Amino acid sequence: MNADVRAETDLRAVFGDEHPATVRVLVPVGMLGGGFPEETVARASELGAHVIAVDGGSTDSGPHYLGTAIAKTSRTAVARDLRLILRAGRAAGIPVIVGSCGTSGTDAGVDWVFGIASEIAEAEGLELTVSRIYSEQSIHIVTKFLEAGAVNALPPAEPLTAEIVAGCSHIVGVLGHEPIVDALASGANLVLTGRATDTALIAAIPLALGMPAGPVWHGSKISECGGLCTTNPLSGGVLVSFDASGFTVEPLASDAVCTPRSVAAHMMYENADPFRMREPAGTLDTSAATYRQLDERSVRVEGSRFERAEQYTIKLEGAAPAGFQTMILVGLRDPQVLARLDEWCGGVLAYLRQNIHRQFGLEPKDFDLQLRRYGHDGVLAKGEPQRSDPPREVGLVFIATAADQQTATQLAKFANPVLLHAPLPGETALPSYAFFGSPAETERGQLHEFVLNHSVNVHSPAQLFRTVRTELVPA
Amino acid sequence: MTSTLGEVAELVRSKNAGPFWLTIDVFLANVDDYARVVGSPLTDAAFIADTYQVAADSVRIFTLPHLNAVKVSVPRPSVQGSLYDTDLHAGQQYVALLGTIID
Repeated sequence: MNADVRAETDLRAVFGDEHPATVRVLVPVGMLGGGFPEETVARASELGAHVIAVDGGSTDSGPHYLGTAIAKTSRTAVARDLRLILRAGRAAGIPVIVGSCGTSGTDAGVDWVFGIASEIAEAEGLELTVSRIYSEQSIHIVTKFLEAGAVNALPPAEPLTAEIVAGCSHIVGVLGHEPIVDALASGANLVLTGRATDTALIAAIPLALGMPAGPVWHGSKISECGGLCTTNPLSGGVLVSFDASGFTVEPLASDAVCTPRSVAAHMMYENADPFRMREPAGTLDTSAATYRQLDERSVRVEGSRFERAEQYTIKLEGAAPAGFQTMILVGLRDPQVLARLDEWCGGVLAYLRQNIHRQFGLEPKDFDLQLRRYGHDGVLAKGEPQRSDPPREVGLVFIATAADQQTATQLAKFANPVLLHAPLPGETALPSYAFFGSPAETERGQLHEFVLNHSVNVHSPAQLFRTVRTELVPA
Repeated sequence: MTSTLGEVAELVRSKNAGPFWLTIDVFLANVDDYARVVGSPLTDAAFIADTYQVAADSVRIFTLPHLNAVKVSVPRPSVQGSLYDTDLHAGQQYVALLGTIID
């Protein structure tokens, strides 16, 4: 394997003078707080794991969590998982790495998990050396990169502008494995990171202990969702073992197995390209990888490659406020209305738009109204192939979006009698439809949108990140 | 015999690939079905572009013979979670392809 793709950081603080031929990473679950059987993680020592690595977040739950810096996961569920993981880590004498803390990896998310870890350390009597790696970026810093011409647009994004950056409520940089390795080498046995690539947490120790980059990044991608690469996706986690020529992955739970198909298929999952995946330092290429069943439960993968990039880049994620929403849910069951649903909805929207101008003095640019027709085309919208079939019943969701919550709710209140009683054209009697309940309107709060799909060129992997070390000693 | 993708495929699924991409995975049970799907409109960028209302040159199509699988990725017609997005995880968007004719 290429010596130049090996990390060289000294991890003697963690592993003494050991130079293991195989480095094992235990991934207990795809997301901290997702839950796993206690006994699967308690086997860390018996399995010879060198580290427990678990992801705490993703963008997959949408822009709200980054926009507000609030976690998607339940605090109670996160605390339960983290308690078992920290206990197993201490019992085995190995470090624990938690990535993308608090779902979106904001500074508040890192502090949220640190607070939970502190409570656990106190309650369980655990001595922990905790490194928190913060990855939130200020508008000022990102604007400096923009001015220096050091920002790259990632497909399908347009070039970044200062206005887009200035509109963000939170921006995070997605860190690679190097700051994690640095934290471990300085003696941390619990590393809590801001936003990190899902793979970096798993890759950190294998790379630092000299395992080859191709198999390490590939095995990290395969195992980052825990049991999703097995035949029983909800069974918990996996153990991934790296050596000089490849990696082996096996489920932790006895009621799951890995097959070449379940493992190879995971390279397709949530990846636009099933063969290539960009990391800060370069690109994983799995096009020459081979997958074979090693024994009843584990799969062996060899032939993965890593192409080092000329420029080290850090991906940015950013969310910006996009108005406030109020919604009303209305049940439609009348066959005549359902047979002329487009006409009825068009009439309702036209009436409201016209009269909102009269009642509120708002211009079209000041608000947005939508009618989503669940049971008809609410999910696929214009792409619905059976749009011409009349539905039996429709859950109509009215959504008003405006610059502030009060205005959105005022628009919903104004729409309320129209949604309740709108007749079909030509009808003389006043119909009424089935409102979900009272109050009719539900405030959804502030909407956020992902607005960054860009990376920045940095001169060193740790340039954008700040590490704080704390000794937790139980009283 | 002519049939639809929904009838031929062992599994069809869709998901976000980050907030800006939608990806659809099609798994076939055997090499014969795989060959039929590879030769179908599913691997035609113009057909996919029309289905999801995106530019044809942005469509990415991958054939994976080792898995008897075909993968299609397109830029999300609406960015995940934005004002007009109707499927936050893009988990149901594959359904638009289930009626694709497979010879």
